[in-house]
Amino acid sequence: MQNTLITLSLIIPLAPLAGALLAGLFGKTIRRSGAHWVTIIGVAVSFICSVLVFKYVIIDDFNGGKFTYVVYQWLQSDNFDFHIGFLIDGLTAVMLLVVTFVSLMVHIYTIGYMKDDPGYQRFFSYIALFTFSMLMLVMADNFLQLFFGWEAVGLVSYLLIGFWYKKETAIFANLKAFLVNRVGDFGFLLGIAGVLYFADSLNYAEVFAHAEKTKFSGQVIQIIPGVDWSAITVICILLFIGAMGKSAQVPLHVWLPDSMEGPTPISALIHAATMVTAGIFMVSRMSPLFVLSETAMTMVLLVGAITALFMGLLGLVQNDIKRVVAYSTLSQLGYMTVALGTGAFAAGMFHLMTHAFFKALLFLGAGSVIIAMHHQQDMRKMGNLKKYLPITYWTALIGSLALIGFPGFSGFYSKDIIIEATRALAGHSQSGIAQFAYFSVLAGVLITALYTFRMFFMVFHGKERMDDHTKSHLKEPGWVVTGPLIFLAIPSLLIGLVTIAPMLFGGYFSNSIQTPEYNVLGEIEKHMDGGFGVGAFTLHGLLQPPFILALTGIALAWFFTLKRPDYAESLKKGLKPLYLILVNHYFFDRVYQAVFAGGARKVGNILWNVGDRKIIDGLVINGSARTIGLFSRVFRKLQTGYLFHYAMVMVLGLLGMLTWLVWPVVKGVFNGV
Amino acid sequence: MTGIGLQECLFLAALLFCISIAGIFINRKNLIVLLMCIELMLLAINLNFIAFSYFSATISGQIFVFFILTVAAAEAAIGLAILVTLYRNRQTINVADLDEMKG
Amino acid sequence: MFTQILFYGYAAILLISAILVVSARNTIHSALFLVLAFFTCAVIWILLRAEFLAIVLVLVYVGAVMVLFLFVVMMLNVNLEPLREGFVRNLPVGILVALIVAAEMFLVLSTKGFKLAEQSELALVDATGYSNTKAIGAVLYTDYLYAFEIAAVVLVLAMVTAIVLTMKKSVNTKRQNPGHQVRVKRKDRIRLIKMDSEPVNRKTGDTKSDDAEKGDVK
Repeated sequence: MQNTLITLSLIIPLAPLAGALLAGLFGKTIRRSGAHWVTIIGVAVSFICSVLVFKYVIIDDFNGGKFTYVVYQWLQSDNFDFHIGFLIDGLTAVMLLVVTFVSLMVHIYTIGYMKDDPGYQRFFSYIALFTFSMLMLVMADNFLQLFFGWEAVGLVSYLLIGFWYKKETAIFANLKAFLVNRVGDFGFLLGIAGVLYFADSLNYAEVFAHAEKTKFSGQVIQIIPGVDWSAITVICILLFIGAMGKSAQVPLHVWLPDSMEGPTPISALIHAATMVTAGIFMVSRMSPLFVLSETAMTMVLLVGAITALFMGLLGLVQNDIKRVVAYSTLSQLGYMTVALGTGAFAAGMFHLMTHAFFKALLFLGAGSVIIAMHHQQDMRKMGNLKKYLPITYWTALIGSLALIGFPGFSGFYSKDIIIEATRALAGHSQSGIAQFAYFSVLAGVLITALYTFRMFFMVFHGKERMDDHTKSHLKEPGWVVTGPLIFLAIPSLLIGLVTIAPMLFGGYFSNSIQTPEYNVLGEIEKHMDGGFGVGAFTLHGLLQPPFILALTGIALAWFFTLKRPDYAESLKKGLKPLYLILVNHYFFDRVYQAVFAGGARKVGNILWNVGDRKIIDGLVINGSARTIGLFSRVFRKLQTGYLFHYAMVMVLGLLGMLTWLVWPVVKGVFNGV
Repeated sequence: MTGIGLQECLFLAALLFCISIAGIFINRKNLIVLLMCIELMLLAINLNFIAFSYFSATISGQIFVFFILTVAAAEAAIGLAILVTLYRNRQTINVADLDEMKG
Repeated sequence: MFTQILFYGYAAILLISAILVVSARNTIHSALFLVLAFFTCAVIWILLRAEFLAIVLVLVYVGAVMVLFLFVVMMLNVNLEPLREGFVRNLPVGILVALIVAAEMFLVLSTKGFKLAEQSELALVDATGYSNTKAIGAVLYTDYLYAFEIAAVVLVLAMVTAIVLTMKKSVNTKRQNPGHQVRVKRKDRIRLIKMDSEPVNRKTGDTKSDDAEKGDVK
């Protein structure tokens, strides 16, 4: 069994890597069809292996549901041991399934979406490489490999966002994504350094054992001299800053909406289902550390709540179909972070999983609309597509209902449990931040419903606002597009219903995620009579405020987009300042542009002018040349080129040496000896 | 050789050497005299060797002189050959005119 | 006593002739004084019982090298005036340097180390049948054999070099260059040229050009 697992765990990341290398390096030789076949087969193999691993490790309960294996020891220095290793437990297994499945769907979908693109092979190579990176990230059993996957994911996302590298905005967006991620990564790296410093190891097992044993009690760090900060709080906050970058939490969220410049399949793969979830995954993985720091958890909660509420609001004013979905992603990531902040890590992971499916579905649905509309992304130019795109319509409806948390759909279970968890925490702790978080997630429900259905109604219902030429070509794209939609619609509908009980209350994560002292999920379970029941939970949901809020949201959306669009316009005019704030994304971009980008440019200019041109060019380079020139002008006088001068100098040298030789004697003579 | 010591011979050689140094300084334009001065220098050295050989009762000093004479003869021959070629090409042996090395 | 007089006398001649070598106005005079210096030096060497080398000095230097100098001086027919430029100007510097060197050397030579050898004259000299030439030869052909061989090579080299440097290639002489002859390629000797055939004159069927035809008519 051990050997089988070793083989499988090696195949899982290496199959996509092999596909990526083949498609990337031999793209010309194997041609377009070859490129998509090798990558799809690679990811499919990876998916099948993931399923097998899930079966062996989780269902058959191998070694208590935890499998670790060191593949290769990179180096050993003193006590530090750096290696590549795999850790497969409940947390990794679920990530493996989600990543490989969504990636497989996206691969297939890409055949249709990128049909006419000249960079076809390159694109397949990138997304397979991305899958490899993400798999390395989730399978890591140490911080170093986690960081490798983390950076690789960042790099490939950079390549993918700027995939259309001739497009000015895409280049801007990918640079922005890369730089903003760097900010997060910097924190992350410092956090890892802190772990190494205080726990003396980078391996999860040893670090967590250290955390368990010592609780980092008494370990302090002085960032500002004289002020002791608890080491664990600093480490957790730094790690969370990394998560903020990757998972696009306020204020490091600015890259995600812009990254919609990339092709739609990668929006689905990277910016909805997998990459942005890396931060959530990482925090869950580090739960043994986070539970030790109340402060860090509170910060996580606050950041998550802000993201969930305010990013959702931005979705209301967007007209680009992909951007609406992007802001919904931001908002949902906020929900996950709130879940982490309440200590319900399992709920965060659960929402991550359901969200991966329905958000990928929504993105791919949006992509399907975009293909049909000939790469028109403006919702104001769409309408009544229900007639032309029936499969897309129904799958998008499922995705939208899942997103707003309609009872029975997967999103309902994951989102409601987060709201319940927040309410439980708010009731327990009485802290202002917990209250605010509860308010945010509740308000978020209304807003989510509002913008989701605004988009849905604008695209699929109402008047046909597209031009005649587009209209005449409107038809459902081929099976490679609709197939993935259907395959993703199924889990979007069912996955929550099936898995909520075992995942959240069945102890699925018991060996991979640690719960804090105040276990909100446990509290929820306690409140239910006779344990947790799916049916009861669903029925219960029908009477709760979230459902009512969601229905209100849908109704408002219907009213403002279909019934009386003119009201929306007048509302826009009436609340002009608010509207302006929203359209400008709370001025985050402007401020960053002015302060950080502008400031960096100014600093760069100063360094260029003073440091580079004056000091290095002027003083060091030209200065040394000038000095040499000065000396040589003097010495040139000595080099007359006349033979007898050299002879004379020779004789004088001889004289000098002779004098040096006889100096003791000369001295003796003068001393009167 | 009674009455004459090593020192006298060495003083003589030193004087000869100094005269040739002075010769190099004052005849710096005339290549032929420069060569002659070098011959004189070598002669002074040889005188030293022979004196040492005599007063330390070893024959090796004379062997040195033998080889120095050989090399000096070769040097003189080649030096003069170069001089002749030089004169043929430049119509001068004035050292001041040989300023090819001047940048 | 007699040898002392001889030594000092010849030493004086040697130094005076050396001074004249460097100060003579005419280069030929310089060369002749150099000959004199060599002669006197040879005499001093004989006083120091280095007869063989003294004879070599006279034969090689006076007989060969100095003659060579004289030949060169006369053959080149140099205008000697400009060569004496700066003689007076450089004189003080030259004398100063010479004096400093001399002073330093005398300082060294006055130390005790150079006085003790007075009584230890060449031990073998008084033995019956001593021959300086034999003594040198005995060492030269045994201990210094390789150096002696190399000296021979140096001399041959000097001879060849001198000849090569001074040999004038006469324009009128015809010579062969065997290396060049061996290296020659076919394309250096034969050139194949491709050219169009001459246009045919329709009337006569002749290939000659019109001009040539006219010429014929005339």
